[in-house]
Amino acid sequence: MKNLLPFEKPIAEMENKIQEFQTESKLTGIDLSNSLDQLKKDLQVETKKIFENLNRWETVQLARHIDRPKTIDFVKQIIPDYVFFCGDRLFHEDPAIFGAMGTFEEKNLMMIGHNKGKDTKENILCNFGCANPEGYRKALRLMRLAEKFNAPIITIIDTQGANPGIIAEENGQSEAIARNLKEMFSISVPIISVVIGEGGSGGALGIGIGDKIFMMEHSIYSVISPEGCASILFRDASKAQVSAEELKLTAKDLYHYQLIDHMIAEPIGGAHRNPKEAIDTVKNQISKSLKELSLLSSESLKEARYQKFRKLASYESSQAFHG
Amino acid sequence: MITFNRGNIPIKIKEQEIIQSTDWIKCPSCKTITYHKQLAENLQICPKCNYYFKMNAEQRLSLLVDEGTFLEINQELSSHDILGFVDSKPYKKRISDAEEKTNLKEAIITGTATIEGHPIALGIMEFEFIGGSMGVVVGEKILRLAELATSKNIPLFIVVSSGGARMQEGMFSLLQMARTSGAIGRLQQNNNLFITLLTNPTTGGVSASFAFLGDIIMAEPGATIGFAGARVIEQTTRQKLPPKFQTAEFLLDHGQLDKIVERKHIKRLMGRILSFFYRRELA
Repeated sequence: MKNLLPFEKPIAEMENKIQEFQTESKLTGIDLSNSLDQLKKDLQVETKKIFENLNRWETVQLARHIDRPKTIDFVKQIIPDYVFFCGDRLFHEDPAIFGAMGTFEEKNLMMIGHNKGKDTKENILCNFGCANPEGYRKALRLMRLAEKFNAPIITIIDTQGANPGIIAEENGQSEAIARNLKEMFSISVPIISVVIGEGGSGGALGIGIGDKIFMMEHSIYSVISPEGCASILFRDASKAQVSAEELKLTAKDLYHYQLIDHMIAEPIGGAHRNPKEAIDTVKNQISKSLKELSLLSSESLKEARYQKFRKLASYESSQAFHG
Repeated sequence: MITFNRGNIPIKIKEQEIIQSTDWIKCPSCKTITYHKQLAENLQICPKCNYYFKMNAEQRLSLLVDEGTFLEINQELSSHDILGFVDSKPYKKRISDAEEKTNLKEAIITGTATIEGHPIALGIMEFEFIGGSMGVVVGEKILRLAELATSKNIPLFIVVSSGGARMQEGMFSLLQMARTSGAIGRLQQNNNLFITLLTNPTTGGVSASFAFLGDIIMAEPGATIGFAGARVIEQTTRQKLPPKFQTAEFLLDHGQLDKIVERKHIKRLMGRILSFFYRRELA
């Protein structure tokens, strides 16, 4: 692990120790397997303990971890034969949104998600997954295309938020997001939204109107970034940690408030320690839910989606919670 | 007790209250100081430079609807602190302060009325209530209003004045963007007209949901309208913002609005628009 978060240090130290023992055992020929087994056991226990007790700010850092699997990794593993598509047909291509069609369980599947990029060069190219209006418009274009060919849609959410830019405002960032929020209710194929890292504000929700909304265990979803909240409400950018606590933005929180359908467990130590296993778990959940949703006619699907959001975060449902 | 006019509604106020509220109001644009009564008579527009001060929901109502026709619905819905949110003030306190300040229970009033004789479902946002921000109750009231308009087969008109989503309600607040947009979608699928009037300010999560879903989108002169905050854009892009950036005039130029309307003309224009789309059969 080259990119360590502060709370991962004890884990890294133990991992290093295990490696040292293994090297030493190999060099000297001394059997250290008993100590190694114990160390590995300890490592598991310690890792589990650390990750089960993360505070919200640590979860925010984890959700943004550079080594976490990204949208492109999910696409590659879930629809390996994918073909990706570009452009909103109006203005530009926005690399911050990735959209691809492929085969999943012998059927078509459209996957659309925020593209953060996997290294600095890619990060800059796709603007760290902060989309412009043309990105949201491309997403909608591809959803309509999927609908025509009866392909279910998976949206993968991983963004700090929509791009705050001059041209973005000129081209109607508000309108583009608003239109997606409205139009996604009228798409007649199943939509599943999965938050894999950062679910930032309207920019995340702009592709997030799903029949099912899932969050990976160490992802976050929030009305505003903790930093933004700190500078607006606390007038102090350094209060991001406090803001993260107040915003209740972890998967665990949102499952508690009944705002998401399911929290998808990650491998011990987080998705970045075993991306393949992490993506497989998401894939299995998608498979299960698509089977369920495929039983509904397109009309009852749309009606159920409307009723879901009618109930979600409604006046009645919020009455059950008091801070 | 004496009576004087505020907008079109005669209001009776004790003399002592008048003395307390004899505010001289300074125009943030041209710095001219105007007596509040004169400002009210001029529809809260600076007589010197035409700067648009914010109107409160009550003033807005008397400006727009046929007198005595507004029937409020869902007025009893009020917010509570879902998350236990504390910033510089506990959210609970913010709510009670806002209630006291505005004499309203939330940042929007909704109901039915007529405008120049045309029946309409109407929502008016109140900026003074926590910046007109949208939390569960604002979202719920808009959703119910849109559903009412759909079932009654009447047009929907919302006067927007909001800084965006209400951060103190976290994800509960963000999801109101989806809920209101879904309900507006149903209204429009039912071939009912949705009109929005964007007033100063219309930003953030409110801008990026129902505000920009209008079949017809109008704005008041000089109103700040946009998704991201200007300061954030400046800091992120490190570019100088173009002149008039995120004003109604800027948006009109960029094809984001249908019209900029002066305050005194809104009602008449609404009447004309409604008479096209809801042409009554000649008797």
